[in-house]
Amino acid sequence: MLKEKIKYLNQMAIQIRKDCIETQREVGSGHLGGSFSAMESMIYLYFHKMNIDIKSPKKEDRDYFILSKGHASLGYYCVLARVGFFPIEELSTYRKINSRLQGHTQIDSAPGIECSTGSLGQGLSFGIGIALGLKKKGLNGKVYVMIGDGELEEGQVWEALMLLGHLKLDNVIPIIDYNKLQLDDSVDNVCSLNNISERIRPFGFTVLDINGHNFEKIDDACESIKEGESTAIVMHTVKGKGVSFMENSVPWHSKKVNNEEYILAMEELRLQEVLIND
Amino acid sequence: MTNWISPRDVFGKTIAEIGEINEKVFVVSADLAAATKTDIFAKKFKDRYINVGICEQNMVGVAAGLSRTGFIPVVSTFACFAPGRCYDQIRQSIAYSNLNVKVISTHPGLSVGSDGAIHQSLDDIALMRELPNFIVLTPSDEIETKKAIEKAIEHKGPVYVRVGRKECAAYFKEEWSYEIGKWVTLKEGVDITFIAHGCMVEVAYAAAVELQKQGMATRVINATSIKPVDKEIIIKAARETKKIITIEDHFINGGLFSAVCEVTASEFPCRVKGLGVMDQFGESGSPSELYKKYGLTVKDLIKETQQK
Repeated sequence: MLKEKIKYLNQMAIQIRKDCIETQREVGSGHLGGSFSAMESMIYLYFHKMNIDIKSPKKEDRDYFILSKGHASLGYYCVLARVGFFPIEELSTYRKINSRLQGHTQIDSAPGIECSTGSLGQGLSFGIGIALGLKKKGLNGKVYVMIGDGELEEGQVWEALMLLGHLKLDNVIPIIDYNKLQLDDSVDNVCSLNNISERIRPFGFTVLDINGHNFEKIDDACESIKEGESTAIVMHTVKGKGVSFMENSVPWHSKKVNNEEYILAMEELRLQEVLIND
Repeated sequence: MTNWISPRDVFGKTIAEIGEINEKVFVVSADLAAATKTDIFAKKFKDRYINVGICEQNMVGVAAGLSRTGFIPVVSTFACFAPGRCYDQIRQSIAYSNLNVKVISTHPGLSVGSDGAIHQSLDDIALMRELPNFIVLTPSDEIETKKAIEKAIEHKGPVYVRVGRKECAAYFKEEWSYEIGKWVTLKEGVDITFIAHGCMVEVAYAAAVELQKQGMATRVINATSIKPVDKEIIIKAARETKKIITIEDHFINGGLFSAVCEVTASEFPCRVKGLGVMDQFGESGSPSELYKKYGLTVKDLIKETQQK
């Protein structure tokens, strides 16, 4: 990937983290921690990798992104808005009455939203269905499914992984946002996943372990995906990434920013912007 | 009334026939194709069939995803597993998403017999009729089952079809025009009305014939769907007959009885009694033994007409 492109994606990551904080402050709720850990993956897919068209969101030969960890809708909507699926101003309606931007995603409620989520564990099964449909139709689209690490505690994800490995589908890629924390505590303390890759690999996968905040590494991983085999990507991430006091903090799963925190967070992000642009 | 064909055989045959003319139909099963008779489809259309293994939750998600690409997926298993095992997946991935998926389940209620209580879905209608966007069809005989499945595929949106296990006497002819939500009066009468669905239709009909001999003119209505309900036919029965009795192979709570009472209570209050399984699980036994023990026979129905 070109250096200029990487710079652009990094700038976008800061901009969209700011959008998330602005939106959460405006509406009074929303999940920052898991939005920030998944941010670079989503930005890479929407601003670089995926074949999508905001003018024709449902074109048949598109790629699909499924946010299985639906509580990260805050980050997801901010990405969709910056891509251009709907106006940035609409983010201020998030979680409010009569909004197209529901607390957890609802399929087609706004352009670009491909799946209903909120009850965890269901996105990968849905993705497999899309992938089977695309194969049957002879279309080359790929389906990227973002799954939380805590979400792996849902049994349905393993049903889906088992089927996916069995079918050797190469057009649906599970992306695990391995930020090590869930709502109540660390994943290790609640129900340890030990080595996620070593658990997924025997299901018939090539598993790529990478730094989920590094665009170059994400690009290398996505470009290395081979035809004819199932690949999963474990993104090693930091919950709350980008704002020091939100990082690796359990409460910031869904904590609301107060005025003081808002100022501190925006100052930190502005500083990062200055450093990138320097 | 000479044909005695198992509704699940009709389902298997019908879905394979539809598969010939509609290339969008895709069957998704969870290792029960031989029992639900979708094996006929599976053999004919290998590339439009998938057995996901014994994973009902995954089955629903895969079906929902397939519909996103324009296919018309048919989820096929026993009623105790769909909706029973994967209600939340049906709720989020099909109902809330309003996707064009058909959940067609076999082996409902006490008709399952010796497999026992866990396989006897007595709550499936209650679960499915509460879900927005879903339509719930409850066919009885061969022709009705065939037409219900054809209509389910034709309808754009989520449909649940409860396919019976017990062979059922034939009430409908091929030329009957099936309309979703339009219940059918099988026998006219002015003294009392029986409303039934599925395999209980023949119990209601037989009881009505018996009562006719005793001078009681009994109306019999086949509730072809539990959602939508046919308000008009219920109100007409409430107005024209003195009492309505419902009978169903389902819990008394949340099924046909509840649906009928919701209409009469708000539109035309009248006396409604319901025969169904009370607040308890079933058990192993032959279907006829179970219907006798749980009060779902011709005799029980006739006895109920004598109650004030």
